[in-house]
Amino acid sequence: MAQVHIDRVSKIYSGTQRAVNDISIVIPDGEFVVLVGPSGCGKSTLLRMVAGLERITEGTISIDGRVVNALEPAERDIAMVFQNYALYPHMKVYDNMAYGLRNRGMPKAEIDQRVREAAKTLELERLLERRPRELSGGQRQRVAMGRAIVRSPKVFLFDEPLSNLDAKLRGQMRVEIRKLQRRFGVTSIYVTHDQVEAMTLADTLVVMNNGVAEQVGSPLDVYKRPASTFVAGFIGAPAMNLIDADVSDDGSAATVGGAVIAPLEHSAILEPGHAVTLGIRPEHLRRAGANEKAEIELVVSAIEILGADTLAHGQIGAGGPGKSNLIARLPGTTRLEVGSKLPLAIDRSAIHLFDRETGRRIVSDKASQTEVTPRARLAAV
Amino acid sequence: MNKVRFGHSAIPYLFLLPQMLIVAVFFYLPAGEAVRSSFYLEDPFGFGSTFVGLDNYRDVLSNAEYRRVAIFTLWFTVLVAFFALAIALVLAVKADAVLRGAKTYRTLLMWVYAIAPPVAGLLGIMLFDQHVGPIVKLAALFGWDLRVGVNYHDTAFAMIVTAVWLQIAVNFIFFLSGLQSIPRSVREAARIDCRSGFRRFWTVTFPLLTPTAFFLVVINITYALFDTFGLIDLMTKNEPGNNPVTLVYKVFLDGFRGNDLGGSSAQSVILMVVVFVLTIVQFRFIERRVHYS
Amino acid sequence: MTDIATSLNNAAASETPEGGIRWGLVLDHAILIAGSLFMLLPVFLAFMTSTHEAVTVHTEGVQYLPGDQLVANYSTVLFDGIGFTGAVNGTTMMMNSMILGFGFAIGKIIVAMMAAYAIVYFRFPLAELAFWAIFVTLLLPLEVRILPSYEIVRKMGLINSYTGLIVPLIASATATFFFRQFFKTVPDELVEAARIDGAGPMKFFIDILVPLSRTMIAAIFIIMFVYGWNQYLWPTLITTNEDYFTLVRGIKQIIQVWVGAQIPEYSQAMALAVLAMLPPVIVVVVFQSWFIRGLTESDK
Repeated sequence: MAQVHIDRVSKIYSGTQRAVNDISIVIPDGEFVVLVGPSGCGKSTLLRMVAGLERITEGTISIDGRVVNALEPAERDIAMVFQNYALYPHMKVYDNMAYGLRNRGMPKAEIDQRVREAAKTLELERLLERRPRELSGGQRQRVAMGRAIVRSPKVFLFDEPLSNLDAKLRGQMRVEIRKLQRRFGVTSIYVTHDQVEAMTLADTLVVMNNGVAEQVGSPLDVYKRPASTFVAGFIGAPAMNLIDADVSDDGSAATVGGAVIAPLEHSAILEPGHAVTLGIRPEHLRRAGANEKAEIELVVSAIEILGADTLAHGQIGAGGPGKSNLIARLPGTTRLEVGSKLPLAIDRSAIHLFDRETGRRIVSDKASQTEVTPRARLAAV
Repeated sequence: MNKVRFGHSAIPYLFLLPQMLIVAVFFYLPAGEAVRSSFYLEDPFGFGSTFVGLDNYRDVLSNAEYRRVAIFTLWFTVLVAFFALAIALVLAVKADAVLRGAKTYRTLLMWVYAIAPPVAGLLGIMLFDQHVGPIVKLAALFGWDLRVGVNYHDTAFAMIVTAVWLQIAVNFIFFLSGLQSIPRSVREAARIDCRSGFRRFWTVTFPLLTPTAFFLVVINITYALFDTFGLIDLMTKNEPGNNPVTLVYKVFLDGFRGNDLGGSSAQSVILMVVVFVLTIVQFRFIERRVHYS
Repeated sequence: MTDIATSLNNAAASETPEGGIRWGLVLDHAILIAGSLFMLLPVFLAFMTSTHEAVTVHTEGVQYLPGDQLVANYSTVLFDGIGFTGAVNGTTMMMNSMILGFGFAIGKIIVAMMAAYAIVYFRFPLAELAFWAIFVTLLLPLEVRILPSYEIVRKMGLINSYTGLIVPLIASATATFFFRQFFKTVPDELVEAARIDGAGPMKFFIDILVPLSRTMIAAIFIIMFVYGWNQYLWPTLITTNEDYFTLVRGIKQIIQVWVGAQIPEYSQAMALAVLAMLPPVIVVVVFQSWFIRGLTESDK
């Protein structure tokens, strides 16, 4: 069982700069965990600390119950796929895959067997005698995968492995990586800044920002119940609309500049006048029907026609103090004109509420009962 | 910078050892010794030396012969660098412009790089020979009585021509590679923006080539100052007295022939300062180059 | 500089098909041919002259056409005793030049690669100091410290030895600088991949870095071979015994005998000159793409 236990790990550069700040995650055996976040959030640093390429300043990392802090990368029983593949340019595909096994002193026959098996799985059999520069991007990516597979490691580490591929190939490889991981059942940690990749691949998503794990959970959970405004803005495209609002005097509604824009179900927790941030996903806004009360009115400033959907960009509360930008995702059949006023209805259950000061989610009475516990979890939190 | 490095071990020390040893014994020791002895007056019979402070420098700088050599060196350097760069630039621009035969021209214009300065000097001696040299005959046609080895200025002329000939290849190689590294898209944008080829060259191509040009100016100055030693040694035919020589040649003459160790060392140190300044300038331009790309 | 302008104009125009002769292109080629002739002619004349008898050259001047003394002159230069004592011949000198060229290039590459590897891939106390100690040597050419260098080699008893000839020339860090620049362009991920593959520092150097540097090594080898072969001042000081003369070093001594003679032996002198330039020229021309890459990439 290769459980990975990241326990209160920090990376501190030049004495003060915390690239990774006190992160604890328990990853159960066979789980596919994706670390996602903007560049500079510390996700790669965390991965590289697991790999042993970066020294751990504070805390411990254990693989399979064994603390690996002091171990060389080669001693940790891991395999890594790099963003630029890092294939040895002067070695043939076969030797690229065999090199690590040879260094372990594995018998020739076994190396050969493993390499040929991996090559078969990845459909690389006919490329074994080629050198990396004679391969296409997708083929290089496969060789990098092959190099990881032949080692039959306890943990796979992926550092943005698909970001050098074009969109179509990226989609294909995404599916393939997931298939392979399921097949081998190896615990995997995958770093990406692409939230689509993160959503589709992960069993468990770790959203990172400024060296901190903002949220750990299943992709759907993270999407449905973002723990902070950062996560809300990061997961989902187009991003969730975030509007600064105040709680009305009776606590039953959110107001912007005195006007009610959304009803609230959080009356038990909130006191009147509390500064909040209201989150509404573009897909949870819809055009108000003819005899329906429109909660907000959007002045359309730009229209993006995507075919299946149409995105309406615009402003609400124009001219007033509560002016904010908003995006609504509407059915592709919707006909709109720039400058027109669009009445919108809000799905109440889809309203997210955050404390404006801390940016953390305010858990409503209802939602708290349906909390889902992911398999991997924030340990000691 | 490389973030990932290997940890502590004896390997880096072992790997550095040969280089450090050679550098210490054959660079720092002699360089230090040159500086030291420039402050001493060596006994001609080898019975010790006396500290004389800056006397050697004073003697050198007030010496009329030294000044004459310094002035010649200056002219020599300026002329050699200018002509070697200008001719190479024209040839590189042409070689870059033509499509047919570009490779052949490149080969024909760069191979001289491999010729040693004294060998070039020997060719110069023959071509400028009083009796058999074709250049002397050519000059005679124009009424110029070229007397290399006899007339100071004629000898200087022969030296400069030979030195320029030898240096064109290096400059050509660098200019051509500089031109070829200008992105195609930039040239195409320039062709759309500017109709006049002349303006295009001076407003787009040349500015993009200036880092290379600056780098080459320093290289050419260093060449004219130091690398021409063999060429000059050959062409003066062991009669440096009435022939033009450069500062480096004088260091050698005074040190090995004249046995004036202190004076020669003081001259060395003066040259060290010159080279030092040049190299600092060069490093600054190299830094700039990085920013360009 | 107006010619650059006109030709660029015409070079641009010449890409669009139009009738008639493209004068700009003709001018470009004319200039390039003139330049090529300027570079070629002196060596061509030297070779032609080397195939004639000394008397012919003396009476008729430098020769423009091949003569019938090619074999005679070159075999004299290569196999007969020449120089003051007649103890040395062209073959010996060529051997010495080869030893200097190869010894210098190989020695320098080994020393430089090792030092550059230590500097780029290791963090250790004194690393910064070592870096500067090595790179300061780029500042001062051998010529400005020639006298004390000679004294040290003399005191070590290395006059008239290949060691004394070769090792002090390695003291400048040019190749170390080239390799350092090159190593810095090797992606970090390669080291990381190697570490995950269980390769330690020695294994990484031998299995990965050295094979990766093959082109760079070849380029630097060519540059250093030519540099070593063409050394003049240092061999002049270090070798007084004619058995250790290189071609380039021997030229002056021998020229003094020949050219200083009543009838200057220009033909044989030129034969010697041709021999002295042939190997480096061949190397540079044959491997020119490597060589140019090494030369122009090294200054960055």
